[in-house]
Amino acid sequence: MSAVVAEHDDHHDHSPAKGLLRWVITTNHKDIGTLYLLFALTMFFVGGAMAMVIRAELFEPGMQFVNPQFFNSMTTMHALVMVFGAVMPAFVGLANWMIPMMIGAPDMALPRMNNMSFWMLVAGVLLLASTLFMEGGAPASGWTLYPPLVLQTGKALPFAIFSVHLLGISSIMGAINIIATIFNMRAPGMTLMKMPMFVWTWLITAFLLIAIMPVFAGAVTMLLTDKFFHTSFFDAAGGGDPVLYQHIFWFFGHPEVYVMILPTFGVASTIIPVFARKPLFGYSSMVYATAAIAFLSFIVWAHHMFTVGMPIAGELYFMYATMLIAIPTGVKVFNWTATMWKGSMTFETPMLFSIAFVVLFTMGGFTGLMMAVAPVDFQYHDTYFIVAHFHYTLVPASVFILMAAGYFWLPKWTGHMYDERIGRLHFWLSVISVNILFFPQHFLGLAGMPRRIPDYAVQFADWNMISSIGGFIFGASQLLFLYIVINTIKGGTGEKVTAEVWEDAAKHSLEWTLPSPPPYHTFTTPPTVIPTEHI
Amino acid sequence: MKEGVTQKNAKLVRILVFVVLGMFGFGYALVPLYDVLCEVTGLNGKVEPSAVKEVSYEVDKSREITVEFMTALNEATPMVFRSEIKKIKVHPGEYVTVNFYAENKTDKVMVARAIPSISPGAVAEFFKKTECFCFSEQTFKAREGRTMPVRFVVNPEIPKEYKTITLAYTFFDNTETSVK
Repeated sequence: MSAVVAEHDDHHDHSPAKGLLRWVITTNHKDIGTLYLLFALTMFFVGGAMAMVIRAELFEPGMQFVNPQFFNSMTTMHALVMVFGAVMPAFVGLANWMIPMMIGAPDMALPRMNNMSFWMLVAGVLLLASTLFMEGGAPASGWTLYPPLVLQTGKALPFAIFSVHLLGISSIMGAINIIATIFNMRAPGMTLMKMPMFVWTWLITAFLLIAIMPVFAGAVTMLLTDKFFHTSFFDAAGGGDPVLYQHIFWFFGHPEVYVMILPTFGVASTIIPVFARKPLFGYSSMVYATAAIAFLSFIVWAHHMFTVGMPIAGELYFMYATMLIAIPTGVKVFNWTATMWKGSMTFETPMLFSIAFVVLFTMGGFTGLMMAVAPVDFQYHDTYFIVAHFHYTLVPASVFILMAAGYFWLPKWTGHMYDERIGRLHFWLSVISVNILFFPQHFLGLAGMPRRIPDYAVQFADWNMISSIGGFIFGASQLLFLYIVINTIKGGTGEKVTAEVWEDAAKHSLEWTLPSPPPYHTFTTPPTVIPTEHI
Repeated sequence: MKEGVTQKNAKLVRILVFVVLGMFGFGYALVPLYDVLCEVTGLNGKVEPSAVKEVSYEVDKSREITVEFMTALNEATPMVFRSEIKKIKVHPGEYVTVNFYAENKTDKVMVARAIPSISPGAVAEFFKKTECFCFSEQTFKAREGRTMPVRFVVNPEIPKEYKTITLAYTFFDNTETSVK
């Protein structure tokens, strides 16, 4: 038996299959990582196009381009596509590419499941996209899919729910694979507390995913049976309670937002030390802070629901528990700043994006702290203030760090150098326009403009116009990134990149000891020297 | 890949799949857990779904509580539904009967269910009903209208800070989903 297995392995493991079929049948972690990243980039532009529709409609008061139903579909689909199609797959793509190379493993632990989880993601997103063309339109209830509103969705409802199931199964398989890889595939000497921070944050994220995605799958299944099989989980007429859905959803939803931010922290902790030319400040406190944030994420969910009519004891508990999160997050921001302190810093594009992340994420964190205060949350709830808050924690945080990761590792992945001038132009355009886009939304929210509306009172006109202009500049600037990715894959500046790419990077992490681009199979024999500079 | 690693992976995957299934079950377990929590704490204005026995309390003449009545129809429920009075002042411990009127506006038999809610939620445990049309589904003949009483008492143990209680009913058309 084992002889047959060995022969089989020898047969197909040397080089990639020829032609397009290679990408369909591949079990190689680098191929699958590339697939995830390119798919996420595509979805980033699809979701971005939806955002452009939203900002165009909100450019001035009155109804301009789309009807209210389609507008609401756009806000819902923009969120679902960006969360499940762009940000999460992009981080899974990074995990696929980088985790085996960072821990000295030859591949992911479960390569075939890896392939399956990618193609299930594609199926899930296509199913979701197909709802746009159905009778009654795509879901328009907001990404939270609150009943009873979501139950008024037309023909699209079961398709949207099955799409969530597929996306959930895909994420769960990805998470299981990542946990198995990190637990069982580390090179000798790569102890848990020597792993790069990116690996650590993904390990914790993967545990979050397997804990919450099944709960979300359960919640949407209850919606499905309420709609089609006369159960009454959320239907008051049958003794159910719509607020129950909100509790279950946010039990998933709050850890879910950390699924998008913890790997962001990991990449920031990887990039900043390299360009500060110093070891990461407080490695073990970073690990514990990440674990603390993950734990707290499970016990704060009802801060999304302060206005449902909770008793005062509930409001107080969720308010204080939420404020606690500021402590481990503060530890992280302090550590990044301390890493840069007196470092020999240079400001290549990945570092620029990372510094912008530290500053702008902190701003998003502060507005989060404001909303944690239950009594004032009644003013902010469901206004543009919350829109500004979570976009600050997602766009100039998660998305900026994904850009930083792209610039940081593209030379490693392709063996070509990107054009630094265009990279910096992309950065400055992005960082200025993202603030023009989202900062005014704080003012709109404080002045009382509700979210998820296609038309608004005239007193909101000026800031909406400014926000839309920022949005258009931000959207257009991202085409520069697309250009850079294509250009770098095709040869970039033509400059020969070394294995290390960035000065002394190999001291920080194992991937920089491999040639650029790395061969199809790496670390078939485990590395002997484990870098410890990042610790 | 070494044989040992394959076995370790398989074992870990089994454990993790078990966790996933467990969390799927936990999502469903939240439904009764949530009800239990509401019941124990009286949160969310959930009211007892059945009648309580009429016991006599010592009427607290020293204070008055305003009880307001709200009536609503769920979307697309073809009924007329109102309370005969908008509000009433009661002494804690005093039994009061208030009439509600509901009418089926269709030419077919309708099965409807009224769902009560009390706010503030914390007073739900002090608000006792001995009789209510909301305890079961109501069947209306075509075009039938009828007056239905609610008999209630406010337990005198209710904390002093509560001066107004709002009792809201929403009628849902259950004709299609009702188990007949």
